[in-house]
Amino acid sequence: MRPHVDRVVDTSGTYCPVPIIETAKAAREEGPGKTLLVIATDPGIEADLPVWCQGTKNELLGIEREGGRYLCYVRLVAKP
Amino acid sequence: MRKPKALGLVSGGLDSTLALLIVRDLLGCEVRAIHFYTGFCITESQRRRGIAGKDGKVKPNEALAAGARLGIEVEMIDISDQGYLDVIANPKYGYGANANPCIDCRIDMFVRARQILEEWGGDFVFTGEVLGQRPKSQRRSTLWVIERDSGLQGRLLRPLSAKLLPPTQAEIEGLIDREKLFAISGRSRKEQMALAEKFGLTEYPQPAGGCCYLTDEAFARKFFDILDHRPERRIERDEIPLLATGRHFRISPAVKLIVSRTEGENFQLRRYTDGRYLVQARDVPGPLALVEGEPTWEEMVLISRIVGRYGKGRDRAKLVVVWEKEGGKDELVIDPRIEDSAIDEYRI
Ligand code: SF4
Repeated sequence: MRPHVDRVVDTSGTYCPVPIIETAKAAREEGPGKTLLVIATDPGIEADLPVWCQGTKNELLGIEREGGRYLCYVRLVAKP
Repeated sequence: MRKPKALGLVSGGLDSTLALLIVRDLLGCEVRAIHFYTGFCITESQRRRGIAGKDGKVKPNEALAAGARLGIEVEMIDISDQGYLDVIANPKYGYGANANPCIDCRIDMFVRARQILEEWGGDFVFTGEVLGQRPKSQRRSTLWVIERDSGLQGRLLRPLSAKLLPPTQAEIEGLIDREKLFAISGRSRKEQMALAEKFGLTEYPQPAGGCCYLTDEAFARKFFDILDHRPERRIERDEIPLLATGRHFRISPAVKLIVSRTEGENFQLRRYTDGRYLVQARDVPGPLALVEGEPTWEEMVLISRIVGRYGKGRDRAKLVVVWEKEGGKDELVIDPRIEDSAIDEYRI
């Protein structure tokens, strides 16, 4: 089952590190407890998002591939 | 005593990782880590073109990976804007061995870092720079120029070489302990490796020998070719990804040809057809090409032959090559059997 999403961050068409910049911005605005759905088309997201989550201590719930898109679920744990 | 606030420029390499550990764990500062993305990062561009590592996996961004290892957020800051491009097209302190205006580039980064520092209310900026490690940008006199021109005098700490440099304001005021800083210089990495061991750092990227396209010779030729064929020294943002993509040919002062080398590059070139001709052979597999400028008829024939030469129809006597731009379409029938020597003079 897909998690409940509080905010969608659609970064389709942009290249890394833009998806991470957008994710970080949304995380700062939303704050802990919320869940982000980050949509990306740059395959770099599969490598970058896990390490970003590790560094920021947020929780990566999973990455799903849907055609050429990556649907990434991030639960915000850290303080903004 | 209050906890000093330090803003670190992190590349993800060993030196900046150590600098962060020193400032955070030895000096006990509150650290905010940032990474500037210039648009010229080789690894980033390779990832864009779908080039994976030896194990077939796409590698994570090094600065983010360093953040993960250290348990700290590394904020990515995109500086690949026109302001940065104007700096590198017109550097006050000139270029290094290739198209790398490292001094001006550093100054631009430090000006931006200073603005972030001031907004944040931080005490100083720190970097992993090591005195004498790079020939031009890390000489003592250069470090000083960078510090002065960026307006960071006394507020720029290089923890690895700090004891060889004049004390910063934070050291003078006793906010941080100079005795805990280091006196490393030169190109050998022995001391850094020993220090890494002390910190229990087992994983860090090997020095990649330059991860910036501006230091690459072939890239530099293409970069200067653009500047040399323009009335004003200016480079546009969407030209940068193209500089790292395909084979480039200067057909005439006003006409340039870019021919893809791989599937990934075909995909990349398709994104930049605005205002450019898209050229490819009909009926046979082959590369995509982009043409900038308005070629003469003779130049169109030459370009079509070059494009045909790199495709599967290269041995045919006749090949149809299609030219497309903004909805219009043209077809040329050419003989693609052109000698390499006849192409070489146009190669950038
Ligand atoms: S190598 Fe590239 S990114 Fe680094 S200082 Fe020089 S120009 Fe700037």
